[in-house]
Amino acid sequence: MPKLIIDDQEIEVENGVTVLQAAEMLGIEIPVFCYHPKLSIAGNCRMCLVQMEKSPKPIASCAMPATEGMVIHTQTPMVKKARQGVLEFLLINHPLDCPICDQGGECDLQDITMAYGGDSSRFGLNKRAVPDKDLGPLIETAMNRCIHCTRCIRFANEIAGVPELGATGRGEHMEIGTYIEKAITSELSGNMIDICPVGALTSKPYSFQGRPWELSSTPSVDVFDAVGCAIRIDTRGREVMRILPRQSFQINEDWISDKSRFAYDGLKYQRLDRPYAKGKDGRLHPVSWDEAFNVIADHFQHLPGDHIAAIVGDMVDTEAIVALKDLMNAIGSPHIDCRQDGSKIGYGPRSSYLFNTTIAGIEKADFCLLIGTNPRWEAPLINARIRKNYLNTGLSVALLGAPHELGYPVEHLGDDPLIFEKILKGRHPISAALKSAKFPMLILGQGALKRNDAEVILGLAHKIADKYNIVHQSDPWNGFNILHSAASRVGALDLGFLPGPQGYGVSEILKGAAQKKIEAVYLLGADDIDVSSLESTFVVYQGHHGDRGASVADVVLPGSAYTEKSGTYVNTEGRVQRSFKAVSPPGEAKEDWKIIRALSDHLGFELPYDSLNDVRARLVEVNSLFDELDTIQKASWEDFGKEGTVLSEPFKATIDNFYMTDSISRHSVTMAKCAQEIQGDEQRNQIHEK
Amino acid sequence: MKIPLKVMFLKNFFLIELFQGMWLTLKYMYLKKKVTLAYPYEKGPLSPRFRGEHALRRYPNGEERCIACKLCEAICPAQAITIESEEREDGSRRTTRYDIDMTKCIYCGLCEEACPVDAIVEGPNFEFATETREELYYNKDKLLSNGDRWEVEIANRLEQDAQYR
Repeated sequence: MPKLIIDDQEIEVENGVTVLQAAEMLGIEIPVFCYHPKLSIAGNCRMCLVQMEKSPKPIASCAMPATEGMVIHTQTPMVKKARQGVLEFLLINHPLDCPICDQGGECDLQDITMAYGGDSSRFGLNKRAVPDKDLGPLIETAMNRCIHCTRCIRFANEIAGVPELGATGRGEHMEIGTYIEKAITSELSGNMIDICPVGALTSKPYSFQGRPWELSSTPSVDVFDAVGCAIRIDTRGREVMRILPRQSFQINEDWISDKSRFAYDGLKYQRLDRPYAKGKDGRLHPVSWDEAFNVIADHFQHLPGDHIAAIVGDMVDTEAIVALKDLMNAIGSPHIDCRQDGSKIGYGPRSSYLFNTTIAGIEKADFCLLIGTNPRWEAPLINARIRKNYLNTGLSVALLGAPHELGYPVEHLGDDPLIFEKILKGRHPISAALKSAKFPMLILGQGALKRNDAEVILGLAHKIADKYNIVHQSDPWNGFNILHSAASRVGALDLGFLPGPQGYGVSEILKGAAQKKIEAVYLLGADDIDVSSLESTFVVYQGHHGDRGASVADVVLPGSAYTEKSGTYVNTEGRVQRSFKAVSPPGEAKEDWKIIRALSDHLGFELPYDSLNDVRARLVEVNSLFDELDTIQKASWEDFGKEGTVLSEPFKATIDNFYMTDSISRHSVTMAKCAQEIQGDEQRNQIHEK
Repeated sequence: MKIPLKVMFLKNFFLIELFQGMWLTLKYMYLKKKVTLAYPYEKGPLSPRFRGEHALRRYPNGEERCIACKLCEAICPAQAITIESEEREDGSRRTTRYDIDMTKCIYCGLCEEACPVDAIVEGPNFEFATETREELYYNKDKLLSNGDRWEVEIANRLEQDAQYR
């Protein structure tokens, strides 16, 4: 524990802490460009120079470990001169194009030059010119502006695990690029835009659209996967201009996936902005809210309760789910389901459907077994944590399921589910590794839980967890994890949005619809089901996009997307999070719970809540977990799963196209370009390798 | 001082003060130089810094100067300027909308100060009164046509003022 003095303040820090970090702990600001707390230390921008006593030259504080007895000064004339000198050198080749640069207003180089730079340049020669690179449909480049901090290279190599960026040439001839021009094939590439301290890498979809000072930010929660990343929605007027990550050490650190970041333009297309009802000609016609509700009421009132079913989609907030559940209870229908992908979990104890290790907890694991999952596409930020652990401790990862490049070495065991039984019986080579691991973890993905034998696999997983000490009795380690891919799923399971004792699940509802056992279906944002079997059924679709669900609907009720309502979501770890309304829904669209509340009036069962606070009180009433925001309540380890035989059908991948998984991203132009360029590239490469 | 009654009488009898006044009037009528202007046929001199009607300028090759940096929008204390921008087909940054609400504008000249490319200027024109308010909501076309109309004078004014900047 070295003790050092910085600017006359004494501080004791842990071994390995750098001078810069120690200064940060004291609240002393040292300007930096290349240093980033989540990346390795490069020490190449020299902006962090400080004076150290007994050293003839200034030292780079970001790369200097704090040692006993150091005396550091950060405010001396020498430091001031050194900073001005470094900035003058950096600005020699930096163009004076701040007025047309998208980074203008939030640029580190701009801010630091204002704070620490000199007043004029002494450089009179021509500036260097570097050709711009094409890094794909997401990242716009202006390589003249690059100051060679190498943050993007380190991000690609370390966090994203795609070593595609590098620097060629030295000194003035140094250029950042992909060498052979190609799109960056990472689903985290958008974060390079954030970490670039200058305007060399900027967002292509947001290019020249706005200025940071005209945007207002709203903290929110991402709904494109079940990780529940903390995001910030930047809006101007009624338009979402961009989406950025918010720092959250427990979930997404500083990053978000490209889908979360760039799919927002899907919110502008194919929106449902007014209610529609099917006329006698079999087409949807615009109607008023009252007319739409009356059409529903007319149909529902002639049906027995158990002929009506409800399915909840993947991006629905828990407020709407609880309202719909109460409505279906009032109607007397047991046929409710939130698992539109057909997964078979949710009845067991809470630990049977949660990511019990927690996302931050992944860093502690020393062995990871992935079953029927592709975390890189199902939950990019969880994959980034696994990779972080791999980098820090050399975590060994084994995958049982469809093979996929994950960005770290993975031992692929095959995609035969019978291997799972072998592992339990200790007859598989991986059993030894599992046995010797101290903190093993197991991640079951939707690929394993969508199968018909999902409950047997769940039971097997439970037995493996017990046999290999994956869940510790004494210390709080629980290595049993379910990885969800739908943002609404855990919340809906916590609220018990599942078929009752005589109720039908999604596949039975669809079958029942064909056999006329189900005569009306209420789809709350549910698009990823086989809608063709609902064609002869009375379908009410409530949601924000005219997607698959709306195409078969008899009545369309326009709801709001995640940016347009305050909602509560539960992520795959079981963390209850709240988002805030950033913009108003388009046209006559309303918040989802309000629509259900208004419909209940027309059906004659008035739901007992009139305000958002009332609905939230109802959430707490149904499940007290909703009282505690942003915390994880540990789920107790109990029995779940079934005995039985495992089917021999191999594990299948659940996501074919990372960039188009839901009604928003399917309508996003940016995502369509990504699917074409990035995913297309990857698939071509794989075919090539084969 | 009390004026003697006799003097007072003579002054009043010969209408001295009246003639004094008429002489003054006569002086202004014929003998002194005129100070009024026959507006609108005549106009007074304007400083090169006079802040009149706004105009958006072009480069000599016809390319509009404005690069949509939005600094004028940001500095405008009356929030009279509205700009929307996007990437033009050739990849350059341009406005798709540049509106000034001339009824909000307080003619402070900060937009001109903020502009890094001398695109938005307050020209010498002060005669842009209109019959309706709507005509005072200027859009990009109006501002560019102002620029085209006044370019010679604007350029001249900027040149004169350049040495003091």
